[in-house]
Amino acid sequence: MKYDMILCGVGGQGVLSIAAVIGVAAVDNGLHLKQAEVHGLSQRGGAVESHLRLSDQPIYSDLIPAGSADMLLSMEPMETLRYVPFLSGEGTIVADNNPFVNIPNYPDLGTIITTLERYPRVVLVDAEGIATEMRAKRSSNMVLLGAASVFMPLSPESLEAAIGTIFGRKGEAVIEQNVAALRQGRAVAQAQTG
Amino acid sequence: MPKFVPLGNEALAQGALDAGLSGMYSYPGTPSTEIMEYIRLAPDAAERRVHREWSANEKTALEAALGMSYAGKRAMVAMKHVGLNVAADPFINAAFTGANGGLLVVVADDPSMHSSQNEQDSRTYGRFAFIPVVEPSNQQEAYNLPFYAFELSEKYSVPVMVRLTTRLSHSRADIERGDAIPENALKLPADLTRFVLMPAVSRQRYTRLLGLQSDFEAEAERSFLTRYEDGDNNSLGIIACGIAYNYLRENYPAGCPYPVLKIGQYPLPKRLVERLVEENEAILVLEEGAPLVEDMLRGYPFDAGSIHGRLDGTLPRTGELNPTLVARALGLEAGSRTFDVPEDVIAARPPKLCDGCPHGDTFLALNEALEPYSKGRVFSDIGCYTLGVLPPYNAVNSCVDMGASITMAKGAADAGLTPTVAVIGDSTFTHSGITGLLDAVNANSPLTVIIMDNLATAMTGGQPAPGGGHLEGIVQGVGVPAEHIRLITPLPRQHDTNVAVMREELAHEGVSVIIARRECIETAKRRRRSAS
Ligand SMILES: Cc1ncc(C[n+]2csc(CCOP(=O)(O)OP(=O)(O)O)c2C)c(N)n1
Ligand code: SF4
Repeated sequence: MKYDMILCGVGGQGVLSIAAVIGVAAVDNGLHLKQAEVHGLSQRGGAVESHLRLSDQPIYSDLIPAGSADMLLSMEPMETLRYVPFLSGEGTIVADNNPFVNIPNYPDLGTIITTLERYPRVVLVDAEGIATEMRAKRSSNMVLLGAASVFMPLSPESLEAAIGTIFGRKGEAVIEQNVAALRQGRAVAQAQTG
Repeated sequence: MPKFVPLGNEALAQGALDAGLSGMYSYPGTPSTEIMEYIRLAPDAAERRVHREWSANEKTALEAALGMSYAGKRAMVAMKHVGLNVAADPFINAAFTGANGGLLVVVADDPSMHSSQNEQDSRTYGRFAFIPVVEPSNQQEAYNLPFYAFELSEKYSVPVMVRLTTRLSHSRADIERGDAIPENALKLPADLTRFVLMPAVSRQRYTRLLGLQSDFEAEAERSFLTRYEDGDNNSLGIIACGIAYNYLRENYPAGCPYPVLKIGQYPLPKRLVERLVEENEAILVLEEGAPLVEDMLRGYPFDAGSIHGRLDGTLPRTGELNPTLVARALGLEAGSRTFDVPEDVIAARPPKLCDGCPHGDTFLALNEALEPYSKGRVFSDIGCYTLGVLPPYNAVNSCVDMGASITMAKGAADAGLTPTVAVIGDSTFTHSGITGLLDAVNANSPLTVIIMDNLATAMTGGQPAPGGGHLEGIVQGVGVPAEHIRLITPLPRQHDTNVAVMREELAHEGVSVIIARRECIETAKRRRRSAS
């Protein structure tokens, strides 16, 4: 088993928290893990990406080769397009469809969405809307992870347990909120993909 | 033992703690910062009272580490690549004095310049100093490395450089920990004159250092970081240094058909390199950073065209390697990519100042105060405030190396450009701005220095600022007259006051210092969160 994911978004959106939850779940399942993160300058509101690789065999490269990612998990529609060259022909895109506009030349959102919808396996989720509705605005990253979990080789239970580990210090309420967001995201993606 | 999934930086840090580290010294800098951050928070470091305070700059950090080594204890100092430029003097001289307790100089390079003002390969410095350089290829090696490298350092009484690159520093993997060993006892060098680098001593030390080179080569051959892997196809032999080995193996999951020399220690394991060159028709060199090994193999001017790498275009001349570039160099097709991406629907998203950042308010005031003058007179420095170069501020005209704002502004003022302005962060000021200010005071240069005091070293993640809260005293001590030391609060409602203060000081024909003090939004948030 080998599963390669690109996680992306804008600095401050919680991309690294998604990576941390998957990482804990993977290691709890006895899998090997490599996860390249972005620290430093681009965290200041710039584009951020993380390469996350899971395998039952030792993993060599910290970076995923072009054209071979199984999943592109994105917190932001335009950022999704930036990393499509990493996706394999059989790969799946799961992306939030809410733009994060912090640049004056943000391209036309309609064009971005139609471009995304042309790819064969794409699930666009209103993660921000769902999280807001659940009064858990900060958990939209977990909604998205829930949606992606439909395709991932990790059980929902192990992801939920990992949320407990990662958010443990922040107390029960935060854990519950994030678990609920994960479940809701999963349900929405299941409904969309039938 | 609980599962351990550290960043490369954290693996090295824990390895050093487990290998008996007594003192850790550092000035922050991406991608090296997490080494010290990990050790600062590590429970075992707290329990053992490992020294682990941030230093004012890389030079003071390295010198303190050398002092701890003098006293017989194991010490480590960490910095980013350009930090070694600042610490180059003690670095080179420490190779002459030698170490007593194990001394590791960790330098993290940033190929592709993700968060840096230049790209430089620290292995060159290791060679320049004639000391061993070790380079882990993965997180497990990074963890195991300090046990080995401290011993190597003590065996030859020589500092050892540990070279990292961004990708390993900032990537996590699951690894195994070993058993911790105790710290060294206090024990001064047997020869109490060898740290006195007077010519008579230095000449002896230099001869000794040069005499050790063949031992260092032999150590590199035996090192756990070096491996010769046989292959059936001798049309090509591959040298893979550090993390480049991973990209090679990624492309040959079942094993590489060509002989491979994995290199993780320098000076080069000479006999193994010679064997690879003799047994194979051509050589491909894969190395992260500069084509250092490749250049050495080429033996100008007799290169017969059989060495391939960054210098002949097989790989890009600059920037970070990745598995895709290595696949191309080997004539392989990586992945199964089939999707096109229309370029015009993707815009660049550069970093920017946070909303409400104090630096933004300072720049708006400065721009207005400078309106009567022609453009191009603001010398800046390195930190979040460098982002003031971008719209909407377009406020600064230089960013070269830490501290260069004040000294460049002084030079330009000496040349007749008045008024000139230097814009420098509080951490950068204490790192290497104070001496430049002293020069300006002594020359009475017409210069306005704005210290952007956000009470933090923000760019690298909000470490404490070494001059925190007492910059006025430092500035006055350097000799700036009290009436030209002005304190302002960069807030929108203070805008007019701040513009007025700046105008007054721009008109002053001598050195003035304006301290713009308001805490970084991010560190303030974090402080509130941890208080609640
Ligand atoms: C010699 C050297 N060491 C370290 C760095 C990394 N570095 C870049 S900016 C910065 C922090 C600057 O802090 P400060 O001047 O207070 O500005 P702030 O980011 O807080 O605005 C550091 C440590 C560097 N570029 N060069
Ligand atoms: S981190 Fe702090 S200093 Fe840096 S841009 Fe944000 S608010 Fe400003």
